Amino acid sequence: MTDIERLPYDVVVIGAGGSGLRAAIEAREAGLRTAVISKSLFGKAHTVMAEGGCAAAMGNANPHDNWQVHFRDTMRGGKFLNNWRMAELHAKEAPDRVWELEAWGAVFDRTPDGKISQRNFGGHEYPRLAHVGDRTGLEMIRTLQQKVVALQQEDARQHGDPEARIKVFAETTVTRLVKDGERIAGAFGYIRENGRFVLFEAPAVILATGGIGKTFAVSSNSWEYTGDGHALALLAGAKLLNMEFVQFHPTHMVWPLSVRGLLVTESVRGDGGVLRNSEGKRFMFGYVPDVFRAQYAETEEEADRWYTDPDHNRRPPELLPRDEVARSINAEVKAGRGSPRGGVFLDIASRRPAEEILRRLPSMYHQFKELADVDITKEPMEVGPAQHYVMGGVEVDPDSAASSVPGLFAAGEVSGGMHGSNRLGGNSLSDLLVFGRRAGMGAVAYLDSLDEAGGRPAATDAALAAAQAEAIAPLERAGGENPYTVHSEVQQTMSDLVGIIRRESEIKTAIAELEKLRERAVQVSAEGGAAYNPGWHLALDLRNIMLIAACVAHAALERQESRGGHTRDDFPGMSPEWRKVNLIVALDGDRVVLRRQPMKPMRGDLLALFDRGELAKYLTEEELPPAGEEKS
Amino acid sequence: MGEKVTLKIWRGDAGQGELTDYRVEVNEGEVILDVLHRLQATQAGDLAVRWNCKAGKCGSCSMEINGRPRLACMTRMSTFDPAETITLTPMRTFPVIRDLVTDVSFNYAKAREIPSFTPDPSVKLGEFRMQQIDVNRSQEFRKCIECFLCQDTCHVIRDHPENERAFAGPRFLMRIAELEMHPADTADRREIAQDDFGLGYCNITKCCTEVCPESIKITDNALIPMKERVAGRKYDPLVWLGAKIGRRPRHDTPAVPGGKKS
Repeated sequence: MTDIERLPYDVVVIGAGGSGLRAAIEAREAGLRTAVISKSLFGKAHTVMAEGGCAAAMGNANPHDNWQVHFRDTMRGGKFLNNWRMAELHAKEAPDRVWELEAWGAVFDRTPDGKISQRNFGGHEYPRLAHVGDRTGLEMIRTLQQKVVALQQEDARQHGDPEARIKVFAETTVTRLVKDGERIAGAFGYIRENGRFVLFEAPAVILATGGIGKTFAVSSNSWEYTGDGHALALLAGAKLLNMEFVQFHPTHMVWPLSVRGLLVTESVRGDGGVLRNSEGKRFMFGYVPDVFRAQYAETEEEADRWYTDPDHNRRPPELLPRDEVARSINAEVKAGRGSPRGGVFLDIASRRPAEEILRRLPSMYHQFKELADVDITKEPMEVGPAQHYVMGGVEVDPDSAASSVPGLFAAGEVSGGMHGSNRLGGNSLSDLLVFGRRAGMGAVAYLDSLDEAGGRPAATDAALAAAQAEAIAPLERAGGENPYTVHSEVQQTMSDLVGIIRRESEIKTAIAELEKLRERAVQVSAEGGAAYNPGWHLALDLRNIMLIAACVAHAALERQESRGGHTRDDFPGMSPEWRKVNLIVALDGDRVVLRRQPMKPMRGDLLALFDRGELAKYLTEEELPPAGEEKS
Repeated sequence: MGEKVTLKIWRGDAGQGELTDYRVEVNEGEVILDVLHRLQATQAGDLAVRWNCKAGKCGSCSMEINGRPRLACMTRMSTFDPAETITLTPMRTFPVIRDLVTDVSFNYAKAREIPSFTPDPSVKLGEFRMQQIDVNRSQEFRKCIECFLCQDTCHVIRDHPENERAFAGPRFLMRIAELEMHPADTADRREIAQDDFGLGYCNITKCCTEVCPESIKITDNALIPMKERVAGRKYDPLVWLGAKIGRRPRHDTPAVPGGKKS
């Protein structure tokens, strides 16, 4: 163990996407020595792939918008399974977080009066998404990256060392959290470039690792999305919730096969694009569910008028929440009305002038032109659903982002609760900012309490030795199976059996398959050395992928209803009884265990933001406010 | 489908290396990165390739494909003759870490020397007002995905590491232009653009523009206009006289001291 480098910090943030950088900025601005650990180069995290925008009720495009409306939309989108306190904080704080980015140098698209422009998106009542064309995620990550640099410049002036108080460890992966008793003591990992092991000694660790996309075969997620933070939290004794809720975003490229799963932004529909089947029909009109009937147009004429007169017309059904649209596309394809390559048609060419498409959707134009030889200003795109996001994640305290393990925090996609059973588009980027900042504040408060109590936790030698042995094992094991083979079989199993539409028999088959794959996964070996060796990295990521696949499958089997990102063929209805339940996942030894945990009833003033009639569609009779006490 | 292609891939590390031949299957619609992934999964599990989004958005998989700086995720196999041997090498301007992966830390060091966005501190949150037409130019430059292909191709530093200290490269001269053209920025980086970041080394051969996967007009829209602004600041006789008699400040915003970490 002599070859483990020890690096002392106050706060270690694992993940350098939107939430990780926002958390790190908060901790550093409070004066804490902060390390940011990034699996890729600085500025490349999965946040760059976000396209459409960042939802915040600034009211720039429609003055009727405010946090209450945003809160309502978020709860509806999540089918009322959201942690309402998180949804409340998110809706209230998102505008300030966006304006803060502007003050740090972000250059958003503008309204005619010079404010930040806001665009329409699925499930949002008003145009709400701050955006930069269709590359909003890139703008956000670059701005946060440049804010980190600005803070480093401040330290260079004050301390002569730009990295005195905030340092980014690029291409570094954490494989274990280490504890001292119940408390977090640090994070153990390796540096990609040379394979050297490092221990970040810190009393506070913020997980900001994003999602689990690489558990599925067809996903819009980047290679980093191997569920690291979810798995690290579980292994450290924290709990996950809502893991059965996986978002299949409705529109991705379906062809060429090599780009199957590449995201086609919801902005195409927000800006006027429509979905058609092989008969040329706008099929979404046939799929508006009862709970949304009142808010969506019934005719093409009304839907088309909405773009210019939203106050007197209802929204087009193409802008239903993502889970609804994805299921509808799936049903059309199954009914034989799909496009030649197994998707449906997304048409903006016949709806908007070419110049407008080029200006508002430049990345989409580029992507289809370069990769599929399709000119989206002239012809429709072929699109279909793919795994995109996980609503489930680490159970946290809404205000401080603290998990149940002292010193462990989580923000962004790796945390759970905020989005309920389905996330609205645009609510992810704002989630990263709001709860990234809160996680930073939570860590600062935790450190204050530690210093008062005296004494920081320290990692034990035994824990370090175990972490090191685990990490080195695939390199030392000879003749084991190829990690790439096992990985692709896990992905196929999950996509085939625990995908967009689920049923008991298939999930049970998946659980049995995963059990067998897990035995193979612990026996894989990686050829080559420790320096920049992708085979070794995948072998280590496999542990996380396997663990998270099991969590999703077990939770999906348990929840006997259909809601948001969890659709059971054998239980097609939404159940008010199940709405009251969070499924909590924990580890018992190396087994995944599930527990049903009642949801905390929503605060009265928040409940009063909804009509009783609407609430009755989701809640049980006893949860409803007494009749007659309608909101004014 | 399922035809095989011959690749020559540079394998090695900072010490030494050589081109190694591989025969790999190719399917319809694939890009270079797909083929590299298949190679990793079936023949060379430890082949080092840096990649992330596989969607042309993150700028990680930069390399030289038949000698031309490109993103592996955006280079389609259908652009090559099936019988052609494709040569893949790491970016030449940066030190090799392993195989196709290079050490690009030079770029992060340069980024840290440029004075950051400096708004008027009296503007409150949410009160910035900017017209779309005034932000268009900065937005064009902010499309940059930091793939560093422009840095790789620029002849000022390609094969001339001795210029690296004095020259920030097209990516970061463009960053200066982006800030200078930002309607809400109050700093003045014209002198340092020339003196500390080496704008004068650029002789507008436009190689950077040619390799930019985001089609940013780096030379025409960033570097040449910056040269004009610098000329106005540094070489205009009236400005020179004003500075001489103390009517104008001599220096603008300085480069960040100690920003360079040795």
